[in-house]
Amino acid sequence: MTRFIVIRALQTFLALIGIIVLVFFMVRISGDPTLFMTSPLSTPEETIILQKQIGLDKSYAEQFWIFISGLARGDLGTSFIKRIPVAEQLGSALPNTLRLSLPSFFIGTILGIALGVLGATKRDSILDNGVKFLAIMGQALPGFWVAIMAVLIFSVHWEIFPAAGTGGIEYYVLPVTTMLFFMLPGMMRLVRSTMLDVLDSEYIKLARIKGLSERTVIWKHALRNAIIAPLTVAGMMLAGLVNGAIIIENVFNWPGMGKLIVESTFGRDFPVVQAIAVIVAIMVLGMNFLVDIAYAYVDPRIRYERG
Amino acid sequence: MSNVVLQVENLHTSFFTRLGEVKAVDGVSFYVREGETFGIVGESGCGKSVTGLSIMRLLPEPGGEIIEGKIILEGKNILELSKKAMRAYRGKMISMILQDPMSSLNPVYTIGDQISEAVKLHQDLPDNMVEAEVVSALRLLRIPDPEIRTKEYPFQLSGGMRQRVVGSIAMSCRPRLLIADEPTTALDATIQAQYLALFDDIQAKTNVAIIFITHDFGVVSRICDRVGVMYAGKILEAAPTRDIFKAPKHPYTKALIDSVPRLEVKDERLYSIEGQPPSMFRLPPGCRFRPRCPVAMDICGEQEPPEVKLNEDHAVSCWRVK
Repeated sequence: MTRFIVIRALQTFLALIGIIVLVFFMVRISGDPTLFMTSPLSTPEETIILQKQIGLDKSYAEQFWIFISGLARGDLGTSFIKRIPVAEQLGSALPNTLRLSLPSFFIGTILGIALGVLGATKRDSILDNGVKFLAIMGQALPGFWVAIMAVLIFSVHWEIFPAAGTGGIEYYVLPVTTMLFFMLPGMMRLVRSTMLDVLDSEYIKLARIKGLSERTVIWKHALRNAIIAPLTVAGMMLAGLVNGAIIIENVFNWPGMGKLIVESTFGRDFPVVQAIAVIVAIMVLGMNFLVDIAYAYVDPRIRYERG
Repeated sequence: MSNVVLQVENLHTSFFTRLGEVKAVDGVSFYVREGETFGIVGESGCGKSVTGLSIMRLLPEPGGEIIEGKIILEGKNILELSKKAMRAYRGKMISMILQDPMSSLNPVYTIGDQISEAVKLHQDLPDNMVEAEVVSALRLLRIPDPEIRTKEYPFQLSGGMRQRVVGSIAMSCRPRLLIADEPTTALDATIQAQYLALFDDIQAKTNVAIIFITHDFGVVSRICDRVGVMYAGKILEAAPTRDIFKAPKHPYTKALIDSVPRLEVKDERLYSIEGQPPSMFRLPPGCRFRPRCPVAMDICGEQEPPEVKLNEDHAVSCWRVK
């Protein structure tokens, strides 16, 4: 088990290094940021001074060294546009995004599992059909459209929830619900189908033969077997949430990383884009690492095979 | 009839499907005494497993339903029990061994967990006693190093060992009735012989009544005291195993026994019964075996033969038998 964790941790670290390299060079393909920072009237000399100021006059190798050694010290660099440390900008954006995505992630996972199990056990009931209907809607409708419609209906028309901004719990309702609308369906459908497979198995029959209550049969014997594939999906769901944040935060004008990354990408603010990409990568890789450990915990076959 | 543990009377179990009703069990009656093994033998799809599941009251839902009949266990008709009361019977009074040892244990729990679960549920014991009960259940099935096995997972055991574990789970609360549904079909011939020997052993120690469901007459002769020959949802002949082999009365029983390969007969084509069992959606009128019967008469296609009792233990449903 320890060996398994160490190997997975090393793999995760290597993947992170790869992402850092990729991100560094890819942002630089996007073009010259000084184009946006100077006016058409600026002289070439002024542009060169500007490049010097933000460090773009150095070679790629030097720039990369500055970036990666900074990262190692925990220094994310300075924004080209706002001229303040990236860490400062992220200091407010990251918590804002987490405030939105973590509740969505946990509610989505737990509700997804619960509804999936109920769908499988009460197969073809009204509940199951309702769940299936919602799932298809969630998978078929485009995210930005649902977000805009939610604002239109609940904020503009009925004026129940605020349309944008941050504040008390009422500000969370629409963004979180919209996010759930995309995450929940996949989870629900997957749990439902793996659960149906498991419920059909011989060991479930044996659990009933023992005289166990239906509750124990489902939540102890069936769920632990049915949860293995959905666990992987839960890891990927977090990545999906980051992508979702880009849309949701922009629709709801939520000052998080999703909004920040769109602004800084358009402004070619390399340090900010790099920092956000790295942070998101760490979150997603970290989550997948945890999922792999959870995997081994749930299924002894994985534990022994790789231990 | 003393010490009858289980008495099944006129059991009818149907499946309701989109294509219509399937009378999987169509009026089955038999009994099992304490310490006795009653075999139910028949081809695939004849309703023998459904009979077993009906007694457990674990028919697939929705679809499977017991239409009528009585299942009397130790004097109590278990069809009248509430779901909750029935659960208390399952695993404690009646238990069951399933066919495939590779898939009937939960892959993510240890052997110890899976046995102790039943023990804790049905017996009010302190934790340290539970452990001892688990080990004794494994011992009963002659599983070597039981203390080590309890900490292992199913995937670490061979098929034969797994089937013994399934047996240990079934016997862990010392039930009065054990239903074994083709428990040796998935095992190798040598492992099969060992496993069958365990049944004699268990029975000698616990006096449990066993219903042994199989399609193999060789297994029947090895283990069963009495046997019921089932065909298309009905028991056509029931008799002590000795009598069935010596003097089978029903043409189907005769045909089944003739199709068992024998060592002393050489260079001869093995006998097989012509045709297929009837569709369970539409049984033929009269005797259900008539279309395949070599000695059918006119009346066989018109009326279902009544059960004729040749003696207390031997009953046949055939117009040829008077």
